[in-house]
Amino acid sequence: MKRQIGSWVVACLLVLSVSGCGRSKTSITMAGSTAFQPFAEKLAELYMSSHPDVNITVQGGGSAVGVQTALSGAAQIGMADLVELPPEAQPLAKAVVANDGIALVVNPANPVSDLSTEQIRDIFNGKTRNWKEVGGPDHEITVVSREAGSGTRSSFEQIIKEITLTRDSIVQDSNGTIRETVANDANAIGYLSHGLLNERIKAIDVGGRPCTVDEIVKGNYSLVRPIYLLTKGEPQGDVKAFIDYVLSPDGQQVIKTSGLIPAK
Amino acid sequence: MKLLGEKGVQRILLATAFSAICGLLLIALFIFMEGLPFIFKIGIRQFLLSSDGDPANGKFGIYPMVVSSIWVTLGAMLVGAPLGVAGAIFLTEFVPKPVMRVVKPTIELLAGIPSVVYGFIGVMVLAPFIRAHFGGAGLSLLAASIILGIMILPTVISISTDAIGAVPNSFREGSLALGATRWQTVHMVVLKAARSGIIASIILGMGRAIGETMAVIMVAGNAVKIPHSPLDSVRTLTANIALEMGYATGMHRQALFATGVVLFVVIMILNSLAASVMKKRVVRK
Repeated sequence: MKRQIGSWVVACLLVLSVSGCGRSKTSITMAGSTAFQPFAEKLAELYMSSHPDVNITVQGGGSAVGVQTALSGAAQIGMADLVELPPEAQPLAKAVVANDGIALVVNPANPVSDLSTEQIRDIFNGKTRNWKEVGGPDHEITVVSREAGSGTRSSFEQIIKEITLTRDSIVQDSNGTIRETVANDANAIGYLSHGLLNERIKAIDVGGRPCTVDEIVKGNYSLVRPIYLLTKGEPQGDVKAFIDYVLSPDGQQVIKTSGLIPAK
Repeated sequence: MKLLGEKGVQRILLATAFSAICGLLLIALFIFMEGLPFIFKIGIRQFLLSSDGDPANGKFGIYPMVVSSIWVTLGAMLVGAPLGVAGAIFLTEFVPKPVMRVVKPTIELLAGIPSVVYGFIGVMVLAPFIRAHFGGAGLSLLAASIILGIMILPTVISISTDAIGAVPNSFREGSLALGATRWQTVHMVVLKAARSGIIASIILGMGRAIGETMAVIMVAGNAVKIPHSPLDSVRTLTANIALEMGYATGMHRQALFATGVVLFVVIMILNSLAASVMKKRVVRK
């Protein structure tokens, strides 16, 4: 619902910006992946400061929304972070602009710091229900997951494989709320974009490999997915210019300093 | 000069008055058009009473959500109704009028606080408290019930105070004159006379609790399952619509509209119940 209100507000703003001033301003709407959203906002801000005639709006919604809005034309650029794009994304033009690790996170109070892929699978399937089974304290595990439309979730489940998420799992609808939930609950485990890690949560090693830029670039860390920018047909005009900017050394540098792994 | 004659103004007012009703009709029409075909296709029992909910694989049972909604609402009533009615009795019977004139609007101010703020307080204060003292994840049926119980207080208190205030003073005087104490007067005479209004206030509060979305999403944890204890995480019907609307397509989207139909019908029933209870009181007087 809030997303719809958001898109209404955007629609109203668009109408205002088109009708309000004589000089026509080009508007680009981006929507989708909440993992890439903060970085897209940063890139858009930088791009707009050097191109005052372009207005870029960035919305969240999840990767499924990114694919849908790009298909329907509601957004000129859809953002999706998926290991495999769904079949309906076939007709879209895609550009990989960054790679992003998925960090498995627990509360800093939790002594567990390394889990194997099998242990992760068992935890999210609800087979392992207590931290003491994986070397932690005697507390029940609170599994925190994303909603089904999330790219982070589908990438996570595709890489870990054979996940039927336990029914006891708490469901949060963005990377940010996952972080809050895990930061507030000593027994929680969740996953989120590597770029959104901070000191309030602890990223744990997966199969002995820490979730760091270094390990991701070397290809040692297994939970990595590409971030796509999707457009209906080959990008043109200002949309193309913006995507080119994101892929340029400048844009990739911004992506790198913000904590993502550049595509080039 | 006369830009708008008597007739013109009348027509404009008529049009504005009907625009609200038109809005309601359009919403109802839209929801039913999108949702009813789905319900007929799947079958109402399959839809309402199946706990097989996996929209990605074409399974749309909403039974866990129905049960969760009922529990959350009942929980909210357990918290909100006694507090609200007790507060209303206190405000009308035991507090001097000038104090009530300050306190009642203050309570009604509670209704103006956006639900995200309630949700935020729930996440930051209530959920950690529950986790520390009762166990579980904190984001739970209990947290949702308490938050909703507080959210319905203004509805329950303001309608109940009106109902209790409407009881003629002669009732109280008669009772006191017969030797009843103040408390006996309140619970044997005043509450009996105001009963229908109080019940109506509780039903309206119930409608608000069932329909609340944002605060519930934030504090209930949103796990799709039938709760076994108040500390379990639950997902209500409203939360399910809001969480899944963003990415649902095709049948899944229709299923969400059908969920909307269920909510719409439930709230309509509750509201008409409240209206009929209120009407009874008027007739009796």
